[in-house]
Amino acid sequence: MSGYRLDKGGHIDRSKPLDFSFEGKKYSGFEGDTLASALMANGVSVVGRSFKYHRPRGILAAGFDEPNAIMQIEAGPHTIPNLKATGIELYDGLEANPVNAWPSLAFDALSINSWLSRFIPAAFYYKTFMWPDWHVFESTIRKAAGLGVSPKCPDPDGYEKHFAHCDVLVIGGGPAGLLAAQAASRSGARVIIVEHDPEWGGSLLTDPKQMDGEHSDAWIQKIVDELQEAPQTTVLNRTMAFGVYDHGLIGLCERVTDHLPISSRSGIRQRIWKVRAAQTIIASGAMERPFVFPNNDRPGIMLASAGETYARRYAAAPGRKVVVVTNNDYGHYCAQSLKKTGVEIAAIADARLQQNTSLPDQIDLNDYPVFFGTTVTNSSGRHRVRSAQLHEIDSAGKAILGRSRDIDCDTILMSGGWSPVVHLFSQAGGKLVFDAKVQAFIPTTCEQNIVCVGAATGEYSLTKNLSEAANVGVNAASKSGFECRAMAVPKITESEESSVRAMWQVDVSDIRSTGQKAWIDFQNDVTASDVKLAIRENFQSVEHVKRYTTLGMASDQGKTSNVNGIGVMESVLEKPMAQVGTTKFRPPYDPTTIGAFAGRRVGDNFGPLRALAAEQEHKEAGAKFDDYGGWSRPVCYLQGSESEDEAVQREAKAVRQGVGMFDASPLGKIEVFGPDAAKFLDRMYANTMSTLKAGQCRYGIMLDENGIVFDDGVLGCLKEDHFLVGTTSGKATAIAEQFEEWLQCEWTDLDVVTDNVTSAWSVINLNGPNARALLQKFDCTIDLSPNAFQHMQMREGRLAGVSCRIQRVSFSGELSYEVSVPWAYGASFWQALISEGEAFGVYPFGIEALMILRIEKGYLHVGSDTDGMTVPQDIGFGGILAKKKSDFVGRRSIMRPDAIRKDRRQFVGLETISGQTPLRVGAHIVSLGKVIPPIHTQGWVTSSVYSPNTAKPAALALVERGTERYGEEVQVWDLGKSRRARIVRPGVFDPEGRRLHV
Amino acid sequence: MLQITCPHCGPRSEIEFRCGGESHIQRPGPPEDVSDAKWSEYLFFRKNPKGIHFERWLHRFGCGRWFNIARDTVSHEVVQEYPIDSLAPTITEKTR
Repeated sequence: MSGYRLDKGGHIDRSKPLDFSFEGKKYSGFEGDTLASALMANGVSVVGRSFKYHRPRGILAAGFDEPNAIMQIEAGPHTIPNLKATGIELYDGLEANPVNAWPSLAFDALSINSWLSRFIPAAFYYKTFMWPDWHVFESTIRKAAGLGVSPKCPDPDGYEKHFAHCDVLVIGGGPAGLLAAQAASRSGARVIIVEHDPEWGGSLLTDPKQMDGEHSDAWIQKIVDELQEAPQTTVLNRTMAFGVYDHGLIGLCERVTDHLPISSRSGIRQRIWKVRAAQTIIASGAMERPFVFPNNDRPGIMLASAGETYARRYAAAPGRKVVVVTNNDYGHYCAQSLKKTGVEIAAIADARLQQNTSLPDQIDLNDYPVFFGTTVTNSSGRHRVRSAQLHEIDSAGKAILGRSRDIDCDTILMSGGWSPVVHLFSQAGGKLVFDAKVQAFIPTTCEQNIVCVGAATGEYSLTKNLSEAANVGVNAASKSGFECRAMAVPKITESEESSVRAMWQVDVSDIRSTGQKAWIDFQNDVTASDVKLAIRENFQSVEHVKRYTTLGMASDQGKTSNVNGIGVMESVLEKPMAQVGTTKFRPPYDPTTIGAFAGRRVGDNFGPLRALAAEQEHKEAGAKFDDYGGWSRPVCYLQGSESEDEAVQREAKAVRQGVGMFDASPLGKIEVFGPDAAKFLDRMYANTMSTLKAGQCRYGIMLDENGIVFDDGVLGCLKEDHFLVGTTSGKATAIAEQFEEWLQCEWTDLDVVTDNVTSAWSVINLNGPNARALLQKFDCTIDLSPNAFQHMQMREGRLAGVSCRIQRVSFSGELSYEVSVPWAYGASFWQALISEGEAFGVYPFGIEALMILRIEKGYLHVGSDTDGMTVPQDIGFGGILAKKKSDFVGRRSIMRPDAIRKDRRQFVGLETISGQTPLRVGAHIVSLGKVIPPIHTQGWVTSSVYSPNTAKPAALALVERGTERYGEEVQVWDLGKSRRARIVRPGVFDPEGRRLHV
Repeated sequence: MLQITCPHCGPRSEIEFRCGGESHIQRPGPPEDVSDAKWSEYLFFRKNPKGIHFERWLHRFGCGRWFNIARDTVSHEVVQEYPIDSLAPTITEKTR
């Protein structure tokens, strides 16, 4: 016996049947069903296996709080793991599977864990799998205790993000939320109302009322129509508010196409909204609590409110013979409304004593047996509950020995009291207190402009909630500066609620069934005894108990288990609930698709690369591109069938023989103007810039305030109050920003303006003996003759009619002109050089060849040959610093004892003694002799290549006292192998620098 | 994500800004007169208060200007924005 479809009623469209499958079997449902209600209507009782013990589990709830019905839906790229069946709208062709059952739900091989359960209590894994190493066991355990599987292929769906601002955000589209939104919207305020469900109405969908004499469905429709027509109001269903952040920022996730068959979806699947709300109204309702009693996890045992929702909203009866256990009035209402749908009520067990309980008049206690002062103490059955064991309880809540009765049933509905949904309020920083009257944590005050209305406040009278909601809506709008009249509130007849009797755990200690497990957290298989064990092991704080037992840590985040868990802690710790407190609520309220957070920033859009002006020309020349500091740049230019290595070697050779051209456009270019420009640069750079004359260039080294080498580059003086600062390509933005930070925050007295012009100029570097001859082919207003334009000088002029800046600087050791033309001319200048250069043996070369050229010359590359500990003294700048008198960034730091230690690692070259293969970058320098790690490292190789122009390997390194040790032999150790090398001065090619000054 | 009012551009989301940390830190000098202890205090030691924190922010994806704010580190309330070259304001219950 199990659930079935009722003949009439419900918010389902019986004219639209939908086919779906579950665990490979075909079923059908109707439009308006969730997967959960459709399964229930088809009589499916077992929908999952529990996480740890693999016990058969049925549907417990009807909403976000569902812990058991966890589904893997669809297959292939569209598969989604771990969705709650209660949140999946049924569509035609839906394929669903359980997540934690093998080989099948009916027979799960690991259900043996259930028999072994007394041996696997909380923290069993922590305690048992310590030796020899957790990782030995991990993969097996993960398979046994797991949820769904993530898709193996890229996500085919599209997502996007949307920013919005509003005066009033209303979260929750039940009666209170709708009325509050209507009140605020009538003032003209910008209102956004969101509801996670496809339908509006909240509790009224399950329990319709006569409101002002009309059916609540009509009342809901009127409000929704009015809100949709209001031009400044946004109405979003199928949208979950998953997080509340600082300053009124709320995260929403809108499910745009999830409810459609996959074949009819188009456009984006989900949209993340980041809403900045001046005022937020939370109308998130309340969730019912289960009872904690032995074997309370059998399929067919569910929340009373879920039973009513399935029967009345979805016309899916939860079962044929129902026992209701309750500690408050709702159990009685629920039994009555189920009876009206035709479901047989076998009995009600109300934990309260009859003399303490004043039930409203409309509750007829003669319809079915009602036992007061009685509660449920056990259940029987295997894949479906078959009977409920009821016991009378004493005044302390203890089941009394010998006073029991067994009642046959196929369904037990539990109403253990209600917990307001305070998650979002708590995320916002709102304070919660434990309220003894409603036996729940309720919201109080919040620093942010956020209030709760409706059942989320712990008030369950619809009449009171509606009038409060109208006020709250009006107030929120007026706080945002919108005037509105008070709202009329619809009249509803309802009766006063009476008290709730706290029943955190049914006390079965006197009736000899204490060995039986009573579940608190169904999804993570945490039982009352696990919580008690944690406390016995001295985990006293609610946060510690949570982490030790995993209570409330599953994908449902303890929506049904938190308060009961705290209740059990209360009885063991003998501390009131208020002192035990709750764990911190954190976003997201419900699992949210990671793809939606990524939005459109995936693939090539994740970090878009910047393109060079001459990108097309590079492609045509065979360039292979890669990402260098956010720029897509040529690594090398492949000719014929040569390999990348061969191309790089060929290019490095060609430069020194004829002329090479290199696209250096990403080099940072920052203009510094003003009467104090030179003074400012003196403070920013470790060397002196104020002595530069117009037309001169100087190599500059920049430190951070910790004295660490941060960047280097060539600075050119255009006029005494106008400099062009060159930075490395990757640091251009950072340095431009640092200049501004120092100018705006520290040296506000300096009269300086900076401008980052990096992408205003396209730069092509001509290197090699024929560089001048090639450049002279162009009509240029600058005198290029060796004496008129020397190494480390710069000129401005016009080249082929276009303004240009030329610097004679070199990173290759060759005669070199760095020619800048406006970005728009970058491509045509490149083309012109290629066609004019043919006669001079011109070749384009990429970054890797440039690296070979600079290593051959022993030129330092900041970031490769320096690290986060390198000070300028380590790279040969000690002498220059000693001469500079004035302060600069990092100056004091390089006077620290550690910075002037004698045994610091210094920048040197390494010459291999044997072998033609380059040393490995990162290999350690150790003393001669047998290497037995661990051994003191004297430093490491920082750059290493095969040098085609000297026909041997060339390497640079940081080595302790390196500059005192030129000529000394060392061992270079890498992954168990050592090679001999000799410490030498950096630079193996043209050490005198003759080729620079031709 | 905070909402910060740039003195030049108005209220904007935190993603447009860069936080520069504690403000009003005096850079000691000249270097030869500064002790190691004093220099390390300047480099590494920060107040990290529970309550009002004076900090500087850059409107990076906006006007590119630095400015100061007084922010309550408990509630994240931005109590006051003020120019980068002003002294820290006195924050009392009244001025909040």
